[in-house]
Amino acid sequence: MTLAFLAIAFVTVAAAAVAMALRNLIHSALLLVFNWAGIAAFYLWAGAEFVAFSQLMVYVGAVSMVVLFAVLLTQRSPQSFREQPDSISRVIGALLVGGAVLGVLFGAVLSSRLAPSAATATPTISVKELGSLLMGPHAAALLIVGVILTVTLIGAVIIASTDHAESGKDES
Amino acid sequence: MLGTGLLKGLGVTAKNFVGSYHDPERYTTIEYPEVKPKLPEAYRNFPFLVTENAMDPMGTLRCVACQICEKECPPQCIYIEKSKDKKPDASGKMQIYPAIFDIDTSVCMSCQICVEVCPFDAIKMDQVFEIATTDRYDALLLRREQLAKPNSYYQSIHPTEAAEVDGRLAADRKAAEEKAKAAAAAKAAAAKAAAAAPAAEAPKTPPPAA
Amino acid sequence: MNAAFLATLSLELLPAQLRDMVTGWLPEPWRWLVNSILAIAVILASFGLLFAYLTLAERKILGRVQNRPGPNRTGYFGLLQPFADGVKALTKEDIVPRGADHLLHFLAPVALLAFSIMTFAVLPFGRNLVAVELDAGVLYFFAAGAATELAVFMAGWASHNKYSLLAAMRALAQLISYELPLLLSFVPVIMIAGSLSTQEIVHRQSGWMFGFVPQWHVLTPWGFAGFAIFMTAALAESNRSPFDLPEAESELIAGHLTEYSGFKYALFFMAEYFGMCALCGMAVTLFLGGWQAPLPFLEFIPSYVWFATKMLTLLLGFIWVRCTFPRLRIDQLTRFAWKFLVPLALINLGTTAFWSLTSGWTGGLQIARWLVAIALVVIPFQLIGRKLSAGLGPRTYRYA
Repeated sequence: MTLAFLAIAFVTVAAAAVAMALRNLIHSALLLVFNWAGIAAFYLWAGAEFVAFSQLMVYVGAVSMVVLFAVLLTQRSPQSFREQPDSISRVIGALLVGGAVLGVLFGAVLSSRLAPSAATATPTISVKELGSLLMGPHAAALLIVGVILTVTLIGAVIIASTDHAESGKDES
Repeated sequence: MLGTGLLKGLGVTAKNFVGSYHDPERYTTIEYPEVKPKLPEAYRNFPFLVTENAMDPMGTLRCVACQICEKECPPQCIYIEKSKDKKPDASGKMQIYPAIFDIDTSVCMSCQICVEVCPFDAIKMDQVFEIATTDRYDALLLRREQLAKPNSYYQSIHPTEAAEVDGRLAADRKAAEEKAKAAAAAKAAAAKAAAAAPAAEAPKTPPPAA
Repeated sequence: MNAAFLATLSLELLPAQLRDMVTGWLPEPWRWLVNSILAIAVILASFGLLFAYLTLAERKILGRVQNRPGPNRTGYFGLLQPFADGVKALTKEDIVPRGADHLLHFLAPVALLAFSIMTFAVLPFGRNLVAVELDAGVLYFFAAGAATELAVFMAGWASHNKYSLLAAMRALAQLISYELPLLLSFVPVIMIAGSLSTQEIVHRQSGWMFGFVPQWHVLTPWGFAGFAIFMTAALAESNRSPFDLPEAESELIAGHLTEYSGFKYALFFMAEYFGMCALCGMAVTLFLGGWQAPLPFLEFIPSYVWFATKMLTLLLGFIWVRCTFPRLRIDQLTRFAWKFLVPLALINLGTTAFWSLTSGWTGGLQIARWLVAIALVVIPFQLIGRKLSAGLGPRTYRYA
């Protein structure tokens, strides 16, 4: 089991590392998708089927499209990418932000207590329980996520439909 | 109700599907190499030469090598050479016959003008369409022997037209025979008259020829 | 337990017995591995053969609908035609454009086919015939299905052809648009069944109303609406006519497949048919009672036969639809998804909630429950449909 975990972790991290190193943005994006699939595989390894498949459906199925579309629609010529930083203050800013994120993540990882392994049987959670959990104790989080997504959707619709005013009613 | 148009469309295709199994009106495909198509009578493709007798096609060609078709042919695909000697035709009259009669089917455009101009009903339109060959030159140049087809074949492909042609030819022949008979009778009468009045006018006027 | 029942049982268990005959002699730790490989091999072989003959059946049926015989030269009734096609595709030259991304160009059909085949894993083909029993089987199915969009994008982008890329974008717009009604239409089933496991959903549809009417989901108002929406969205998801805009061979060359030839093209074709089969199988599982017999006295026929029969019926329905309807335009296509299917699917969720909440009603209330549910399905359908088709009316062609 540990071997499987190590393999998944290696592939996932390697995909992420190669994605950062590549110059071709589309390849990077596809590797990012692969990375997400690796995370889904990790969830699956941990026995969280629902989360794993949700991750696969949402990230590999949907978010990847957003990323790829964004890359395609904003892609500039390879010459316009610069590897040298603009100024020393930007380098410091980047290091600070990166370091802060890393610190928070590491702090969270280190402070979480690991349950003694193999002591408990894998819990079987039915969809019904999952639903009542989401609608009960975690309703606030669900609602907030829903509102954010709705706002994003409406914003996208407004941006996309601004040029409809002058072209008049569309005919089919 | 919304969507009934879709159901109607599905009904139409279902009707076609079922109908194609039992209704020959719907299922019109002919599986060609095994089943030959039944050509309409007016279908025409490439000319052929009519012969009177299937046993002796070269001897009984209606063609008398008058070369009208050769001259009229728009793409000039007909080549004729007259014979030096004469042969008796169907009615027993001595006629010139074509020593060479070639039609280049790679040039022929099936316009039927040769048929229209032929005064002897000797060339008619054929119904062949399986004419594919592996040779572009010789195989598409049809000789006299290949072009000659009996009158019975003509009867079978264009029955109406052939009946009309045969009727006309028979009438012509009959008229010619009657004429010949009349001429013979006139000749006989003239001979009799000449015999009746022998000495007086005989050397001056010969009897009318026809 | 009489002899007939025993015979039924043996037929029912025949696949499992065959499997045990093959793998029974293996040591225990290896058996599950060989069993899995065997299941994969059987699924690949049977669906490969189904794919081959589905193409033939499609061409034959299309031919008959158009009053011509269809392919009938290769073997009896053209039975060898799929193999002739396969040989043709295999021996064709594989052309890769010079500017193409060779790796992605190769990977796209492979990924598409892999994801399409993965969806078969959770389909319950029979009472005991499911390759993988997952608690979140339905979710797995649609997660694997959603990943196929990535392959479409890869195909379009790797071809290094602007038309391929545009076509891939158009295909993605369609696939994402129809993903929504597809997912929304099966949520009611999850609500009623209370499980994401495919076997569990099939079991929930067992039993008989009045002793002979099966309790399939399609025979309820919300189930019928869900089934209709599911099948419509499935048509679009599997790029079938009338929603075959991604690969409109008569108008748009072949969309994102323009630069594919030979066996890679055949792989795309295969993936399309596999996707179609998988979606039909899922529709059978979710709405048509899975492998259950339609009438009580027909239960002696093995369950996998029933599953196959239902799935083939749906596939023939796909072919029937294909030979009937003309292709939609891209704006009509997306409008149909967003303005018609998605609202109806959302309303259907409400209908299902009502159905679920009123499950205790009996007697006269039961009739009222049915009437209300039917009204909740039919009235929005009519209203939205009328609103959408207003002004479209019968067209008059002035210059044609």
